[in-house]
Amino acid sequence: MKKSVNDFKMNVLSRSVNESFCRAVVGAFAALCDPTVEELSDLKTAVSEAVTNCIVHGYRDRPGRIYIDAALLEGNVLRVKIRDKGCGIEDVSRAMEPLFSTAGNERSGLGFTVMESFCDSVRVRSAPGKGTVVTLTKTITGKCDE
Amino acid sequence: MTITQDNGVLTAHLTGEIDHHSAAFMRSAVDAAFVRTSPKELVLDFSGVTFMDSSGVGLALGRYKKTREQNCTLVLAGLSERDKRMMKLSGMQKMEMVEFR
Repeated sequence: MKKSVNDFKMNVLSRSVNESFCRAVVGAFAALCDPTVEELSDLKTAVSEAVTNCIVHGYRDRPGRIYIDAALLEGNVLRVKIRDKGCGIEDVSRAMEPLFSTAGNERSGLGFTVMESFCDSVRVRSAPGKGTVVTLTKTITGKCDE
Repeated sequence: MTITQDNGVLTAHLTGEIDHHSAAFMRSAVDAAFVRTSPKELVLDFSGVTFMDSSGVGLALGRYKKTREQNCTLVLAGLSERDKRMMKLSGMQKMEMVEFR
């Protein structure tokens, strides 16, 4: 298990206006490691997807809190956990299929696909009625100031 | 975001960041103009977009349903290579009456 060399935790209300705030904060934390523009964009996109899932699916547009726990691990690996205490996912495998969505015509159903495309790994743990934790990991090629 | 119309072509010049929050406003504005003008071509111009997640793909897919019903061509213009890659995850490049410019 890799050791954490830096971390932060925060939680925000599940309002859609906070989507940009969450990805900006995680982006600022990642920027400490001097990522490439592409790495930073990838990470912010994946965080935006996970936070949106909390709002749209986890809490179904009702008020709740989104918990973000980010750590820089040895080897310049960023790990970001995004958690809600919402309704949970009955079938995680199905939810992660490309183009699968329960949220109507205006959602593309690509949230997990995009997360998987832009991160090294995506792990989803969920329990119906209890909530969901999405863990994103991404290696940053830049050099972190110790 | 600004919306212009010229000779049956309705163009939405999208700007800033597109996420689930901002896409709602863009969707309403584009749909209102689309209903008002019944264009033969709807252009979503992404050249002013600084960030996009899959909500941008949802925005395009949602408009496609409307343009298809009206026999109108949907044009996706000004996408960065990265955003184009994300758009293509949806298979839109294979859909009828959709053009990438």
